[in-house]
Amino acid sequence: MKSPLDSSRSQPYRLATGGRIDRAKPLTFTFNGKRLQGYQGDTVASALLANGVRLVGRSFKYHRPRGIVGSGPEEPNAILQVGRGALTTPNLQATEVELAEGLQAGSVNCWPSVEHDIGAINGLFSRFLPPGFYYKTFMWPSRMWKTYERFIRKAAGLGVSPKEPDPDRYDRMNTHCDVLVVGGGPAGLAAALEAGRAGARVILADERRELGGSLLDGRDEIDGAPALEWVNAASRELASMKEVRLLLRSTVFGYYDHNFLTVLQRLSTDSTSISRPLIKERVWRVRAKQVVLATGAIERPLVFPNNDRPGVMLASAVSAYVNRYAVAPGSRPLVFTNNDSAYRTVLDLAEAGIPVQAVVDVRPEPNGPLPSRVKDMGIPVIGGHVIVDVKGTKRVKGVEIMSVDASGERVEGRRRSIRCDLVAVSGGWNPTVHLHCQSGGGTRYDGEKGCFVPDAPAQEERSAGSSKGSFALGDCLGEGLEVGAEAARAAGFGDGRVSTPVPTVEDRAEEPLKAMWVAPSRRPPVREHKQFVDMQEDVTAGDIVLAAREGYDSMQLLNRYTTLGFGTDQGKLGNVNGMGVLANHLGADIESVGTITFRPPYTSVTFGAIAGREIGGLLDPVRKTAIHRWHIEHRAVMEDVGQWKRPWYYPQPGESMEDAVNRECMAARNAVALLDQSTLGKIDVQGPDAAEFLNRVYTNNWLKLGIGRARYGLMLSEDGMVMDDGVVIRHGEQHFYLTTTTGGAASVFSWLERWLQTEWPELEVYLTSVTERWSTIALVGPHSRKLLQDLDSDINFEKSSFPFMSIHSGSLAGFPVQVMRVSFSGELAFEINIESDLALAMWQALMKAGEEYDITPYGTEAMHVLRAEKGFIIVGQDTDGSMTPVDMGMGWLLSKDKDYLGKRSLSRSDCVRKDRKQLVGLLSTDGTTILPEGTQLVDDPSAGIPVPISGHVTSSYASACLGHPIALALVKAGRARKGSIIYAALRDGRHVKAEIVSPVFYDPQGERQRV
Amino acid sequence: MSDQARRESPLAEFLAAPRKADPATGAGVQISERPFLGHINLRGDPSEKRFLEAVEGAIGVALPLEPNTVAEGGEISALWLGPDEWLLLTPPDRQRDVVLTLKAALGDTFAAVNDLSGGQTVVRIQGTHARDVLSKGCPLDLHPRVFGPGQCAQSHISKTMALIRQIDDTPTYDVIVRRSFADYLARWLEEAAQEYGLAVIAESPT
Amino acid sequence: MLLISCPWCGPREESEFSYGGEAHIVRPKDPDALSDLEWADYLFMRNNPSGRYLERWLHAAGCRRWFNAERDTVSYKIKSVYKISDPAPRGDE
Repeated sequence: MKSPLDSSRSQPYRLATGGRIDRAKPLTFTFNGKRLQGYQGDTVASALLANGVRLVGRSFKYHRPRGIVGSGPEEPNAILQVGRGALTTPNLQATEVELAEGLQAGSVNCWPSVEHDIGAINGLFSRFLPPGFYYKTFMWPSRMWKTYERFIRKAAGLGVSPKEPDPDRYDRMNTHCDVLVVGGGPAGLAAALEAGRAGARVILADERRELGGSLLDGRDEIDGAPALEWVNAASRELASMKEVRLLLRSTVFGYYDHNFLTVLQRLSTDSTSISRPLIKERVWRVRAKQVVLATGAIERPLVFPNNDRPGVMLASAVSAYVNRYAVAPGSRPLVFTNNDSAYRTVLDLAEAGIPVQAVVDVRPEPNGPLPSRVKDMGIPVIGGHVIVDVKGTKRVKGVEIMSVDASGERVEGRRRSIRCDLVAVSGGWNPTVHLHCQSGGGTRYDGEKGCFVPDAPAQEERSAGSSKGSFALGDCLGEGLEVGAEAARAAGFGDGRVSTPVPTVEDRAEEPLKAMWVAPSRRPPVREHKQFVDMQEDVTAGDIVLAAREGYDSMQLLNRYTTLGFGTDQGKLGNVNGMGVLANHLGADIESVGTITFRPPYTSVTFGAIAGREIGGLLDPVRKTAIHRWHIEHRAVMEDVGQWKRPWYYPQPGESMEDAVNRECMAARNAVALLDQSTLGKIDVQGPDAAEFLNRVYTNNWLKLGIGRARYGLMLSEDGMVMDDGVVIRHGEQHFYLTTTTGGAASVFSWLERWLQTEWPELEVYLTSVTERWSTIALVGPHSRKLLQDLDSDINFEKSSFPFMSIHSGSLAGFPVQVMRVSFSGELAFEINIESDLALAMWQALMKAGEEYDITPYGTEAMHVLRAEKGFIIVGQDTDGSMTPVDMGMGWLLSKDKDYLGKRSLSRSDCVRKDRKQLVGLLSTDGTTILPEGTQLVDDPSAGIPVPISGHVTSSYASACLGHPIALALVKAGRARKGSIIYAALRDGRHVKAEIVSPVFYDPQGERQRV
Repeated sequence: MSDQARRESPLAEFLAAPRKADPATGAGVQISERPFLGHINLRGDPSEKRFLEAVEGAIGVALPLEPNTVAEGGEISALWLGPDEWLLLTPPDRQRDVVLTLKAALGDTFAAVNDLSGGQTVVRIQGTHARDVLSKGCPLDLHPRVFGPGQCAQSHISKTMALIRQIDDTPTYDVIVRRSFADYLARWLEEAAQEYGLAVIAESPT
Repeated sequence: MLLISCPWCGPREESEFSYGGEAHIVRPKDPDALSDLEWADYLFMRNNPSGRYLERWLHAAGCRRWFNAERDTVSYKIKSVYKISDPAPRGDE
């Protein structure tokens, strides 16, 4: 017979006709530097096979030569690095990468080349590299670990990460639907049609670039015509339905709670185009009322000696390459099977004009309709035999077969050689149950079909077709229609009855398979040529037996110890066989060895897709005050305070940070300065029970606070620890206004609402957040009053009318304001609250009016220094959630007359310990060393390790005003130790002497703020 | 100088930033700001007839009692925020009068009226792909079968809390966002809308 | 991600909510009458059952109301939600 292949053409293994490739669009690509040709519609795998490339990589551990095994996401060997520079991506499966013009791909895990790889030396030492070898080696001597690690790092991993930023974009979309159908093969298409016709919102997702699923790989007929005509008609009908969304090149990779699923849509497969950035991938986050799983099945290989040689492939993949890509993966194929479905591959090869050397069937008398047809064609069918060896290392040259005895468990007789260059293998089919299991559903073993099928669903989901174990095409279509109609009905659409008759299919009944996890061979697994169970992880049947002997005899232990199923293929070809090998070894049923837990993602997902849009400048909200623009224009150096940007300091040309902060502090103490304080939390409290509510949540008493007056308030959590603080102002009998720290704004509001709603719903009080409504400008310094009096205002700023800790509303420079005399700096200060839309204009007016006083804007650093000089704490800096008010020297704020949140905890035995840490001040005795914040404090610098810790430094600054550094610290029983010496243990080993002093360094009577 | 001349809206900087001139027509999405509206937070007990009647008398709108719905009357819209909380939107510069009128009408009925104007703003997003843009960051089901004009919902868009209200079937949405988050949200929406063709307009027609 | 039904707003994504731990923890009326151990029990000790659990949720990005939920801690199925003011559902329903 004339060969359908023409070795003089550039693609020697491309069939002359057929396939779903576009022969009018030839493409050039390179593989390991060699230029090759393919067609639009090829994957890299089909193009490589068309070019006769058999050797595509080296295995992970033993560096054995490997070839393409499958045609889809189950591929374990053809792991490639694709693309260059910023666009390079490691570890893509050649079967999943669409061919594009100029594509560059290369093998990973080999050096200098895949043909000649020095890593192959590992193969010679494989006896010393059994599973788990790394738990027993590289351990001694332990000081050598750092050296070993460097070499292990080089040997570990596959592929190379890009070294330049990714120029592409990754998107995300939230969506809801009534029915999500996973899989666009016959069952999925049928289900989507029924659900769509019932009017439901349907999403149909398929991982391939076109619908049809397994129909694309075969030569089936539906209603007497090629199946793809039915697919095209279904696709057109679905595309015409407004409420049906088709997602192609989209893998549903995760199934989570309450029918929440994630889908990775590949929008651009182009790794070469220079027109960037493009949206490369999109993650669809789908909440579905009902889910239909039509995910099909993946063929399971048989396990036999040297079954990893390039040229040993899944029979279904051989069919796919022949039918879909018009590629012959070899010219002298042999088929090895335990079931009838592999005979379709024989027929496909014969139809393409490629003579099959023989079919080796483990069953003694294969007599089903498919085997009979093959026999009628004159192709030798050798029943009751298994392959016992594969010849050839870089490509298959032939096989050796032997007869199986009556027990079916041992080989007997003489070896027989058959020349071949391709071995198409089938051990049966595994329904793709991953998503079902991720959703919480279980599986059960079907002995007749020799596979695990889905058991009862745990969520609103139904399986149909091969993913349920119904492998016949007619059943796939019928079940798809039923399940689609039922899912729509359950979502509230239609009555659940199928709208059309099931299409007719000529189903050829199949005889049962003979389940065989590892083919019998001449020697037991531990002494036989390697029989690979997991190709990517280099796990053999012998490894599994050894591990079981060591006690790792259930799947959860076995897979972790041997790394079975750990590769990027996630054990799609190996896991079930691995369970079978273990079961055989233990003499147990396969159902009893335990299962491997399926976890998302079903196939690899890029980090980019997970990150989505929230990267770079959009990583987190950047919160800006109304005055932000002015700070930037005046060259403020900003700092992050939570999500806010706040001015840190405003350096003038030539100033260092220390210069600027010193200048700002001196301005605040001696002249006038202003601070944008808008970020503090502000809460409006109104109602007949307002004062009572505040009494319960603060330590101090509010009932008698006068209207128009302000008071510092301290809030504890129920365990007695300082939680937040702020100033509370009384606007009226039933009206208060409280402030919180910047970081506590949301949490305090939430805390207060929680108590109100869940514990004290009887209290009549409403809380409203006004944090954003009011911007706050703190005007600070001895000249602050004069400045305000210079402005047009109806407020009397004199002390007699406007005492410390009081509030006035009115107009200032033509703006409506609320002004409070509150001081965090210890100076005469006025905090101006103004509606945020006007805040910038107010700030500018103050700056203008302040020119004659040399007004200075100051930032958070100067603010920190000023308050520290006064011994005012900052919650979250000087406290860490483990300090009580007594620890902080604030016992005077604790009301004795009422209960409040946290009060009872203050008398817990641990809270009254004599050696608790207490707030103190520290002065380094040399008068110049600034103690780093966080430094540990010890009593005896010469003490041996472990050195008892007496405390730590919480706040530390240079003080321009005092002329020497100051620090606040928490020291055990610190208040009783005033005047004594303690040592700060610096990271470089030095100890700095410091004296324990009062935390109030400046104006201890607090006179300056009251003027 | 009047307040109006001196005030600056939360999106002033975002809108003023130089952009490639995209024609407003043909863009799949338009983003603009509705600045300086009055935003009033109102709290009260809807089971108290006195409260409901006082409010309706004061603002001419019956407060919506069905969750996540909007009631409109004359110049004021009332948006449901919670079982005892509403947001009243007024035209610019009307909020002070409305607050005074409300407080007078409520008298000593247990309620709270807070003028939040300036603390939040309205971002309007409209166009054939406006729903897609929002859905990139918001987990709400905005499909016309379940969400339409007359409805509102509080949720989040990306990492920003937002109140979404549908105005018409273009679709046009008003997104109410706190002042300090507005710039980030606008930049996020701009990014998300790029693939559909985006026009940023300085001020939307009221 | 859970789908949680707020008693007012209906079903919403978990990202709109924040979690509040065990439900029906009532603050003791007279804290001073409790021993340290009894007070610590209120402060720190919570049930952690495998199965039916009554817990609190806050619709933080939504209507800002607290409510209770009856959830199975193994299957994560939420059987019911009820307002803070409503009685707890009976476990045998």
